[in-house]
Amino acid sequence: MRATARLMTGSGTPRLHLQDGPIDLILLAEGTAHAVDTAYHAAVRAFATVLDRLCAELPLVRAPVTSNVPWPVDPIACRMRAAVSPFTRFGFITPMAAVAGAVAETMLAIMTEAAPLSRACVNNGGDIAVHLGPRQSLTVGMVSRPKLPERNGPDFFGNLTIDHADTIRGIATSGWRGRSFSRGIADAVTVLAVTAAAADAAATVIANAVDLPAHPNILRRPASTIQPDSDLGEILVTCGVGRLSSREIDEALACGLCLAERLAAEGEIVAAALHLSGRSVATSMLPAVSIPRRIARLVDA
Amino acid sequence: MSEASAPGIVRCDACPVMCNIRPGTAGACDRYANDGGMLVRVDPLVLLERTVAQGGTVVPFGDSVEWDGRMVCGAETFVTAIGAGTTYPDYKPAPFIVSTMVEGVDMVTVVTEGIFSYCGVKVKIDTDRHLGPERALVLAQGEPVGHVTTAEYGSQMLSLGGVGHLTGGGKKEGRVTCETLLDLSNGKAVELTIETGASVIVQAGRAPVVNGVAEDRMRVGCGSATIGIFARQWVGKIDEVVVVDDHITGVLSEHQAGKMLDIPPTGIRMRGRRSTPGRYFQVAHPGTGWGGTDISDPLSILEPFDPKHARAGMRMLMVSTTGEHSAYYELDEALRPIAHPLPEVLVQSVERIAENCEPALCSVVFVGGAGGSLRAGVTDNPVRLTRAVSEGITRLTCGGAPVYLWPGGGITFMVDVTRLPENAFGYVPTPALVAPIEFTMPLTQFAAMGGHMDHVRPAASLVLDGTPRHVKANAENPWPWAPLEPRARE
Repeated sequence: MRATARLMTGSGTPRLHLQDGPIDLILLAEGTAHAVDTAYHAAVRAFATVLDRLCAELPLVRAPVTSNVPWPVDPIACRMRAAVSPFTRFGFITPMAAVAGAVAETMLAIMTEAAPLSRACVNNGGDIAVHLGPRQSLTVGMVSRPKLPERNGPDFFGNLTIDHADTIRGIATSGWRGRSFSRGIADAVTVLAVTAAAADAAATVIANAVDLPAHPNILRRPASTIQPDSDLGEILVTCGVGRLSSREIDEALACGLCLAERLAAEGEIVAAALHLSGRSVATSMLPAVSIPRRIARLVDA
Repeated sequence: MSEASAPGIVRCDACPVMCNIRPGTAGACDRYANDGGMLVRVDPLVLLERTVAQGGTVVPFGDSVEWDGRMVCGAETFVTAIGAGTTYPDYKPAPFIVSTMVEGVDMVTVVTEGIFSYCGVKVKIDTDRHLGPERALVLAQGEPVGHVTTAEYGSQMLSLGGVGHLTGGGKKEGRVTCETLLDLSNGKAVELTIETGASVIVQAGRAPVVNGVAEDRMRVGCGSATIGIFARQWVGKIDEVVVVDDHITGVLSEHQAGKMLDIPPTGIRMRGRRSTPGRYFQVAHPGTGWGGTDISDPLSILEPFDPKHARAGMRMLMVSTTGEHSAYYELDEALRPIAHPLPEVLVQSVERIAENCEPALCSVVFVGGAGGSLRAGVTDNPVRLTRAVSEGITRLTCGGAPVYLWPGGGITFMVDVTRLPENAFGYVPTPALVAPIEFTMPLTQFAAMGGHMDHVRPAASLVLDGTPRHVKANAENPWPWAPLEPRARE
């Protein structure tokens, strides 16, 4: 067996750690002991074939999406393809932009279909799919920006709480410092959306939009010179960001925020927070959505 | 692994993604990398490496830096002192003073192995068995290495090592003490004999073996305590409960808890010596039967029921303090208890007793004092380090594991040895133990305390002799670079 499963029984509800190749998941299921057991066993069983089935269609999911490209067969690959479809109008995108979120929400669905769970989530390296039963909520710790108060040492965590009443069930983060490549310069863009795959794809697109094209202090290299198999091929990706003036930071963030606001208005995402060089901005909310104060907290932290 | 088309690129075959990896970079998983044309496993070797597993619902983002081909890199790798070497004879700066950018803050970790003549271990042995009287000597290989100290609830306690045995006694005593402490600290099994008492095999995180018998579970309490805990749950379901225990056997109707709940007398008559109402000593001999006694038929500890209170049809549960044994009886016309299957309502309460019994374990806590000369390896003004540690500005870890700092002067700490990587402790023939110590603080703090700034090296430029051992950080330990509450002692 190449895939590994490990039950993490520290304090609190046991979590399940699944790893296979580049996929590294933390699963949390809450409910009766029997339900949690059933859900975890279902997840372990299903996980065994996830990577193999995805890899069988790797050339297809690494190819840019156009109407001529056939749909894949594997359900996860289909989720990826579906999640990036709304973003093809902004240019080059491959289903790989949603791989982490798609894997997370698929594994979440396997658990919630297997057993009645009051609460569950799947964290795929920071891209998180969430299930919340009635009256349930989930608090996610988020890194926002460095801060060094006088004597307290570093303090860089803010909390985001999602309630059952919210429409948000997916969280994803993208940025050039992360594990995947970014064409933009955002340190991190965190997106809250209805699904994890949608959040993942949108975070990628918004992070790409946070940019200062042709700025001399930004180091870019063709993706293939770093990872020969990258789905981005010869496209330039960000490898370093030097000093930027505060005007330039605001300008780059504004480019990303403009897109984020549009996606929020169109209903593709619920909200987004964008971070660059110590500055943060977030989408403004529709009055009906009870998010603004939470986002404000995320940004203040 | 096979050579891919472009020069220097290695094709990884560890998983079906089959990454082509350029020299000095890692594959999509960050677990395999190309090191000069060789496919190498990057993670697990004594660098602690944090994975997303440690994050839980805390999502690190924006802080992972592409692996650059060097051995130490980024805020997800923590250099522990295990194998680092020492500052001996202490006029040298610590072997590694490593700076790392953590979320935009320059952090410094001073890494050194400390030589501890003043050190020992406290051993907690989960057993109710009598190991020996308080203050009795504990022997290893016939040499005194410590003593039995105050028992804790459900556990016997040993205090081993210390400067008295290490250097204050004979040469062999010192050597054996050192070996015993080293083995216990490194998680190995050690056989100890208690003067005028038992022999016990102790290993951190494992069940103790007392006189050749492995302990299984800690009882929920003595028979009397069990009555007290569950009395309310029995009201209305049963007339009498006897909890059989080698130490104190409890009887519900006579026990103070039963009286408070208005449970009427049942005419039960117990063998053994009555201590206080409803509590009996010595109902049988110690053994491996019911509740640590030698009985297999629980009725053997009962005398005939007293007809003054007993009546036909009365229901009685007999259960051991671990819930491993149970039996249910009803009195017949002649007031003799006749066994019946356990009613459903009582199955749950027996299971509840079993559920409340935790596995019997040995725990080993290392205690050492780092307030001495090793501080000179950190700063030219050692007291500032002591103060920074006690105020919670500087984090002290032992092989990356969290420590409990004793209040008061100096830097005296305790650490659960199971939270360190394997084989984290060493020794010198002095004899003394060698334990890993790391002090972590913001670079500004390090400068302010008079730290050896000219010896600070960025983690990314660290060149290590030989191949370091990479170890996955213990998921239960706080990450050494996580924010530290001021004055919070862990």
